[in-house]
Amino acid sequence: MAETFAFYLFSGLTIVASALVIGQRNPMYSVLLLVASFGAMAGLFIQLDAPFVAVVLIIVYAGAIMVLFLFVVMLLNAPQEDALPYDHTHPFRHPVLMRFGGLLAVLLVVQLSYALLRTRDLHVAVAGRSDASVVSSVAELGRVLFERHVFAFEATSILILVAMVGAVVLARRESGQQ
Amino acid sequence: MDLTLVIELLIIGVTFFMLINASAVLVLAERKIMGFMQQRYGPYLVGPHGVLQPLADIVKLLFKEELRPKGADKWLFTLAPILSVTAAFAAFSTVPWGAETTFFGLLDRPVKLGVTDVNVGLLVIFAITSMGVYGIVLAGWSSNSKYSLFGGLRASAQMISYELSYATALAAVILLAGTLSVREVVDSQAGTWFGIVQHWWIFLQPVGFIVYAIAGVAETNRAPFDFPEAEQELVAGYNTEYSSVRFALFPQAEYINMATMSAVATDLYLGGWHGLLPFYTPVDPLIEQYGLGWLAFLAKVGGFLFFYIWMRWTLPRYRYDQLMHFGWKFLLPVSVVNLILTAAGVLYFNG
Repeated sequence: MAETFAFYLFSGLTIVASALVIGQRNPMYSVLLLVASFGAMAGLFIQLDAPFVAVVLIIVYAGAIMVLFLFVVMLLNAPQEDALPYDHTHPFRHPVLMRFGGLLAVLLVVQLSYALLRTRDLHVAVAGRSDASVVSSVAELGRVLFERHVFAFEATSILILVAMVGAVVLARRESGQQ
Repeated sequence: MDLTLVIELLIIGVTFFMLINASAVLVLAERKIMGFMQQRYGPYLVGPHGVLQPLADIVKLLFKEELRPKGADKWLFTLAPILSVTAAFAAFSTVPWGAETTFFGLLDRPVKLGVTDVNVGLLVIFAITSMGVYGIVLAGWSSNSKYSLFGGLRASAQMISYELSYATALAAVILLAGTLSVREVVDSQAGTWFGIVQHWWIFLQPVGFIVYAIAGVAETNRAPFDFPEAEQELVAGYNTEYSSVRFALFPQAEYINMATMSAVATDLYLGGWHGLLPFYTPVDPLIEQYGLGWLAFLAKVGGFLFFYIWMRWTLPRYRYDQLMHFGWKFLLPVSVVNLILTAAGVLYFNG
């Protein structure tokens, strides 16, 4: 009973906070709501007996990345993000393209609901494969990450490195340029 | 009702009570030690030798008028101090402060001294202390004042920079102890080497300990790294616009963070409740036998806190660019090299 209540509380908080992130005019509030969303998500991970994942989520996303976001928002000091006036002449606003985009959105919703409806026996699969001690064990998690998924892990880190170099190159001013 | 359960709940209450009072005691200690260092008495009028000064301070702060600048963000201005002090209290939740004890056989099963014990306790401390920066940053931003904003910006930059060295230094201890649970790290330090030197991780991690101590000072925004509130440049930094209880919560969070930082240092490097002095003394078996390790723990935390205060009144503040250069170009490489060497050593001797 208490667990069900906690689940609905955390998932509700996650959804509401995530929805409000894009509904805010003030970027400062968006950042904070995203942090709240991460916090609620960490609660869901704790319910899945994965405290390590929960804590790492908080440390990496809420503790480091979002602080950097906050830093940038403060540095720009943009209290209000004004919406641009609606531009009818923009090439993306062509009626044919907009109908195509609307069709794609409807398709996505149909696909997602189909996928959700099909995975009715998801909880059985999870309960069968992961007993709590394996998921919560840091050593076991490290073994899976660095043995079975080591290629994906290293590929991701190289991807991040490339992205960082790219950002530096893009942000760098040419020597003569002001 | 089960007596053990009552005691366990009582321990949580005692921890909370100690933390609340830690700030009052530390304010007094800070002013008294400052007075001693500057060859004067310090607070002397309220109570015998001025020991009731914190009480007078609290009464004064409670009865001040609460002001909010007109352009301030109403919600975040209120939220910031609450967030700050909540994170400070919560960070102590996985810090154990004593061995399992039955209180001289009073209880039928031993209780653990400390709020809680989770198997990723050390990471929980990281996670919650990294939340603490939001309080300061939001206070700086929501005040709608340039001084506050600069304080908040400095705080976020400084805390992100030093968190790295801080975490890397602790990772070396995690490697040595082979666990993320703080209680197990402490218990891995029981005993002595050759019957003389205590089996504390500080002796295997002297560099890590120094990095931790420096980064810890920067994390808690204490002098000589108190840039977020540098008085000469920023009036009072992030808390310039605050008054009354809202203001009081910031120093309170700062002192509690100091206590947490010292307690973590004691647990991870100084053996926690195992052993009183760096070398073996005949007192040690008595402490273990009677379950009085928490007294040794308190003594070590007190020593660390004294060091904090001592440093504040001895060293002048750095320059801001020096802080950044020091953090990124010296402290971080040193801690990374320390981590790699420790990992190699652990592999060589245990693998």
